[in-house]
Amino acid sequence: MIEKNRLSQMKQAIVKGDKEKAQKLARQAVEDDLNLNDVIEEGFVPGIQEAGNLWEKGEYFLPELITSAESMKAVMSLFQPELEKKNLKAKSLGTVIIGTIEGDIHDIGKNLVASLLSANGFDVKDLGADVKISEFIQKAENEEADFICVSSLLTTTMLKQKDMIKMLKSKNLYGKFKVLVGGAPVNKKWAQDIGADGYAENAMSAAKLAKTLAQK
Amino acid sequence: MIKALRPKYELLSESFIKKILNECFELLEKYGVFVENQEAVKLFKQAGAEVHEPEQRVFIKPELVDRALSTAPSTIELYDRPGEQKFIIGGDQVHFDPGSAAVSILDHETNSQRKPTSEDLVKFVRITDSMEHIDFQSTGVISSDVPEIIGDSYRLYIGLQYSRKPVVTGTFRVEGFQPMHDMLVAVRGSKEKLKEKPLAILDACPSPPLKWSNLTAQSLIDSARAGIPSELISMGMTGATSPVTLAGTLVQHTAENLAGLVICQLACAGSPVIFGGSPSSFDMRKGTTPMGAVETMMIDSAYTQIAKHLNLPAHAYMGLSDSKINDNQAGLESGMGAVLAALAGVNVISGPGMLDFESCQSLEKLVIDNEICGMALRLIKGISQRDETLALNLFEDITPETQFLSKPHTRKWYRQEHIFPEIIDRDTHDEWEGKGKKSIADRAACRIENILKQPVELIDSELQKDLKKVMMADAKRNGLSSLPKIKSL
Ligand code: B12
Repeated sequence: MIEKNRLSQMKQAIVKGDKEKAQKLARQAVEDDLNLNDVIEEGFVPGIQEAGNLWEKGEYFLPELITSAESMKAVMSLFQPELEKKNLKAKSLGTVIIGTIEGDIHDIGKNLVASLLSANGFDVKDLGADVKISEFIQKAENEEADFICVSSLLTTTMLKQKDMIKMLKSKNLYGKFKVLVGGAPVNKKWAQDIGADGYAENAMSAAKLAKTLAQK
Repeated sequence: MIKALRPKYELLSESFIKKILNECFELLEKYGVFVENQEAVKLFKQAGAEVHEPEQRVFIKPELVDRALSTAPSTIELYDRPGEQKFIIGGDQVHFDPGSAAVSILDHETNSQRKPTSEDLVKFVRITDSMEHIDFQSTGVISSDVPEIIGDSYRLYIGLQYSRKPVVTGTFRVEGFQPMHDMLVAVRGSKEKLKEKPLAILDACPSPPLKWSNLTAQSLIDSARAGIPSELISMGMTGATSPVTLAGTLVQHTAENLAGLVICQLACAGSPVIFGGSPSSFDMRKGTTPMGAVETMMIDSAYTQIAKHLNLPAHAYMGLSDSKINDNQAGLESGMGAVLAALAGVNVISGPGMLDFESCQSLEKLVIDNEICGMALRLIKGISQRDETLALNLFEDITPETQFLSKPHTRKWYRQEHIFPEIIDRDTHDEWEGKGKKSIADRAACRIENILKQPVELIDSELQKDLKKVMMADAKRNGLSSLPKIKSL
């Protein structure tokens, strides 16, 4: 059993977005050889959940939400090598490949989606902006990903989302990954028309959608 | 006669402008800008700028910026399609043009958004052409019935055919410049004549923070060489892609635009450049980029002041709204923005018609906003002295029955002193009720119907052939064998 007080400090560090404090607590947990999965599940995850709740209630704005998400990320990357040493895997809701499609450099929305997915327990590989379709797919295969998330902000580059589905089909990979699409010109109908698995209009609903789909 | 005072509003003191510029110059020299375009990097190197290769980071010395500032013109001329009417961009001149590149259109019948077709684009262009207070057209909507890849050249193709007004437009791909330039040259007759009488402005946006992408830098270089004015559209989003303080964002905004200005001047000294932008006060709750926020308008007005200080023409995305329908919010945000822009002396104001964070055009809103533009333009004309004696003589023969309606003085001046809106409601209540209790959007829809009933004034058939040739070549290169038929013709 891990001390209640310690767990609540972890939670608070994430809620407050105090990255240094969160990392310090994480390091101590490693030094004291605590069960890291319990530390994550009972200490840090409740923190990011609380930050998400506060955002939904309208008490937290993006700067608070993102600092909490970044603190969570920092903690997770600190735990990663430790877990590997013990041949453990961090509990993850799934692996996500995310990026902005080729020809498109709009990446703010994509970054928000990536942050929230990772803060909500997904293992997120962010390929950046202007990413080739083939690179998305190759990476997804290599990482045995569960999701491919594609952001497009231009009407021209939105078409590439369709091309991606086509390429997945031609490689017999359609259905292997759940494809989520988003960005300003994209809507639910487009997602359905091209045969994507889902669309979300903002980062929070993207995280929710991914969670629902992950459980399927 | 006492000349009318040009009403103005300013947000920055002289010393504040200097402080912003000092930091901006230091920023360019010390931290530089990222330039992802080979040709632009080469131009910088030739001009002696230090370039850090791995990330294509260019450090720009104050002397280089000063030199660019000294060769850039302080006013620009733009001509309509026939090359007859001249528009001066600079000084205190104000011109409105519709907000550009909307990905959707608000359908008046259903009050919901849908993807625009070529038919909508033609309507949009024709309505813009009829708007008396909107001087320039813009390639305002993206047609969903042509492949997106040729969306940039196609919207110009339609614009040039259905309106005589000069065009504010832009490229979506590096290859887009060539066909677009060819079309403009086709209208003028030769490259030289296009340089003499520019017909279009090309928008180019740096990528905040501090980056000029390959596409946009190429657009600057190509435009400079062709004598086409470039509009530099820096668009920091406070707290997301630029500092959260308004003054901090102004430093970055100015730095990005000045780096763009240097690229233009290095490509061709003396090339026309407009100091513009579309920054926004990023909404920290929603992650959206509100154009109707008062802070957005403040950043716009303030950088316009900086542009004037630097002796450059200014542009801003103002007079638009984030509302999704033509409601009170749409009116209040557009009205406020247009008036502030006019008072700030923004030379090119892009906005009319736009809703939903620069993503949706509404034909009805365009017609409503035209009235806003009319009022803003009237406002900045100020109050002039019309007669030697202002009023005294009108009271010479005053009696208790005196009225002014029949006085020659009234007849002489009323149309110059007052403007008469087309669709703003000034009916008596009963008259309004008798006409079916219409909202302003409904009245706008009626005006649109009337405009579209008018016969289309077609361009010279030779020119039409030339434009079509350019367009078809571009379409074929991109795998399209025919263009959508326009039903309304
Ligand atoms: C900021 C911005 C830029 C910046 C981008 C900076 C950056 N690092 O990202 C800069 C200045 C670089 C830029 C450049 C250009 N832009 Co721009 N830009 C915008 C603007 C104003 C805001 C975009 C934004 O960041 N929004 C805020 C974020 C938080 O929202 P978001 O991206 O929509 O993301 C949210 C959701 O969509 C969703 N989401 C996003 N991705 C995903 C993915 C998945 C899987 C899911 C589930 C959800 C999801 O969640 C996000 C978070 O809540 C939009 C206008 C608009 N309303 O979108 C124009 C806009 C997208 N740009 C436009 C244009 C034309 C351009 C340029 C071509 C202009 C030019 N000629 O220079 C270039 C293109 C460069 C290129 N090759 O990509 C047009 C597109 C028109 C069209 N028909 O395609 C727009 C619509 C503006 C307009 N009306 O003109 N732009």
